[in-house]
Amino acid sequence: MYRYDQYDHLIVRERIAQYRDQVQRRLSDELSEAEFVPLRLQNGLYMQRHAYMLRIAVPYGLLSSSQMRMFAHIARKYDRGYGHFTTRQNIQFNWVELEHTPDILAELATVEMHAIQTSGNCIRNTTSDPFAGVAHDEIIDPRPFCEVLRQWSTFHPEFLALPRKFKVAVNGAEQDRAAIAVHDIGLTVVRNAAGEVGFKFMAGGGMGRTPILGSVIRDFLPWQHLLTYTEAVMRVYNQYGRRDNKYKARIKILLKALGVEEFTRQVEAEWADLKDNAETLTAEEIARVSAYFTAPAYETLPNVDPAAGIEEHKDNKAFANWLRRNIFAHKRPGYAAVVLSLKKTGVPPGDATCAQMDFMADLADRYSFGELRVTHEQNVVLADVPQSRLFALWQEAKAHGLATPNIGLLTDMICCPGGDFCSLANAKSLPIAAAIAERFDNLDFQHDIGDIELNISGCINACGHHHVGSIGVLGVDKDGSEWYQVSIGGAQGNAAAIGKIIGPSFSALQMPEVIDRLLQVYVRERFEDERFVDTAQRLGVAPFKEHVYATPIVANNLVGEDHYA
Amino acid sequence: MLETYPQIIKGREVVADDWSVLRLEEEEAADSVVVAEGRIIVPLAVWLAQRDSLAARADIGVWIGADERPEALQADLEKFAVVAVDFPKFTDGRGYSIAFNLRKRLGYKGELRAIGDVLRDQLFSMHRVGFDAYAPPPERDIHATLKGLTVFTETYQASVDQELPLFRRHARDVRVDSGDIGYGI
Repeated sequence: MYRYDQYDHLIVRERIAQYRDQVQRRLSDELSEAEFVPLRLQNGLYMQRHAYMLRIAVPYGLLSSSQMRMFAHIARKYDRGYGHFTTRQNIQFNWVELEHTPDILAELATVEMHAIQTSGNCIRNTTSDPFAGVAHDEIIDPRPFCEVLRQWSTFHPEFLALPRKFKVAVNGAEQDRAAIAVHDIGLTVVRNAAGEVGFKFMAGGGMGRTPILGSVIRDFLPWQHLLTYTEAVMRVYNQYGRRDNKYKARIKILLKALGVEEFTRQVEAEWADLKDNAETLTAEEIARVSAYFTAPAYETLPNVDPAAGIEEHKDNKAFANWLRRNIFAHKRPGYAAVVLSLKKTGVPPGDATCAQMDFMADLADRYSFGELRVTHEQNVVLADVPQSRLFALWQEAKAHGLATPNIGLLTDMICCPGGDFCSLANAKSLPIAAAIAERFDNLDFQHDIGDIELNISGCINACGHHHVGSIGVLGVDKDGSEWYQVSIGGAQGNAAAIGKIIGPSFSALQMPEVIDRLLQVYVRERFEDERFVDTAQRLGVAPFKEHVYATPIVANNLVGEDHYA
Repeated sequence: MLETYPQIIKGREVVADDWSVLRLEEEEAADSVVVAEGRIIVPLAVWLAQRDSLAARADIGVWIGADERPEALQADLEKFAVVAVDFPKFTDGRGYSIAFNLRKRLGYKGELRAIGDVLRDQLFSMHRVGFDAYAPPPERDIHATLKGLTVFTETYQASVDQELPLFRRHARDVRVDSGDIGYGI
């Protein structure tokens, strides 16, 4: 993985000094809160409902074991013993003190980490495929380009006060696992007919109040021009993106208002001035950065049946289920990528305790070359595990509550922290996730339902990615009480789609039954091997709506008289 | 209304300053407002409306609003002793792109001054995109504001202050050894 050199270290060190001084000036009232807010946000520090939350950048989700141990240390020393992995492949701590945050940054710097631009109206942490470098269907490893983008966007002087936040995702595989279509910029690394590497360049995707899939503004951008072309997009956005209404300030609204053609024309005109300037990437620079992302010291191993030879466990259903759901095909024979589930029933999705973090770091050291990845579905990946050691790994992970065989299943939910923590939220999301997880805890049932993405957001900002869930749940506020709007048919990846709302919203206590009724329609209507999302897209909302609203949903503790208000 | 700044930051120093910034009141119009004698920085709209009479004066500067385009000044840039860019709020970043375009695209070489909500923690970025003069609100401690110019000694990307990105300025070695965290990943 990428290692800091003296320049990276210097910039982070000077950043900490700058931030420490800013905190000091805030504490002495030299800085007003209004002036301090954008400064602390650009350092990932939010004021939440009860305390400050600090979000730490995990560039494109890649972590070393010592970095994971540092998270455990921070959780223990500065927080309440746990952390929350986010949909941007970062980690956040929910209970930090403002006065401690400069020290946390200093500790992070010792393992080459920081919290720069994890929030605020600037270019955020670039996200990517959690299986980058090992995926069986990878065309080009996207990580060197992610790192180049990280450096270029770090404290870019012109783009630190954008109209709104700006998110970039890069995918280099046949299957898009980085949700590029719902990013402000979504890049796919491709080869053209001549075999040259470049990017399919999408812009203007996003979720939030107005979910829009990105538009391709260039089919093939040679890799050398990645930074200058991105700069052109950013400059058009910085000048013309709306600043009068934060809900209309994302680049997707600008692109929609101008139309793809006009937006692209403006970008190309801007780029004409920049093309081939000094920011043009050189083969030497890409080679330098790529050298940090070479393959580990793989052994030559045959592909094996991980369950073979373990006679006493031949029929071990739990292990078989885990192999079915939590293993991802590796491009190297004899190896597998393993997803450690942070979605155990009863635990908020994405949460891990300091003990689990230390333990995951140990697993990484012992099984996977000391490296881990955070997924945007809020799980953790060990990317390079010998197939012959999967059983041993499973036993260990299981003992620490990290082997729930539910990856891609109903209880592998994406869920934001919601109203329990977040001051933006209109409604709680974690209790909904918990109630649904409890109701459908039966793994046989989950495996029968198969691939399904249940995504829950506590407000329209869509941190829980509800728009692209097979089932999406959005918390809304109606007259001071919390309600939940349900959509179906959303998808991420190559066939990205925005879900459609099925009808009036529900109370919290009705939600498990709502999910159940949606699943009943699916089970009744599905073709063999058809996934929920395919059935939902094939049939449309109507049959689901009809069944869900057919009879009143009785829940013990309803808010209001009308079940479907 | 004329705004005056007893002191501004020029280059990296606090200096006395005798320019005034003209801001139009609601009832004033660009073509009829009377531009007083002395060194005045007028709004772009006033310059465009009164160009014929103002062009004869040597003591005229012009300021560009966040929602205006520097290209409108292209033909006249040589004439001005000072061009300013207004930051209506420090969180409004359009002025950075305006400055960049003034320097890079339009080749403006004279004094480029940041006016409006110009605060210490934005000064470093302002300097990078081509500003060389800063007029923070007069009630601020200007010597404290000055410290904002010396935050980083190294930067990754090219901008107006630095033509070359880091990767073209320094040999950046790949220093990976087996003792490193994440070795071989």
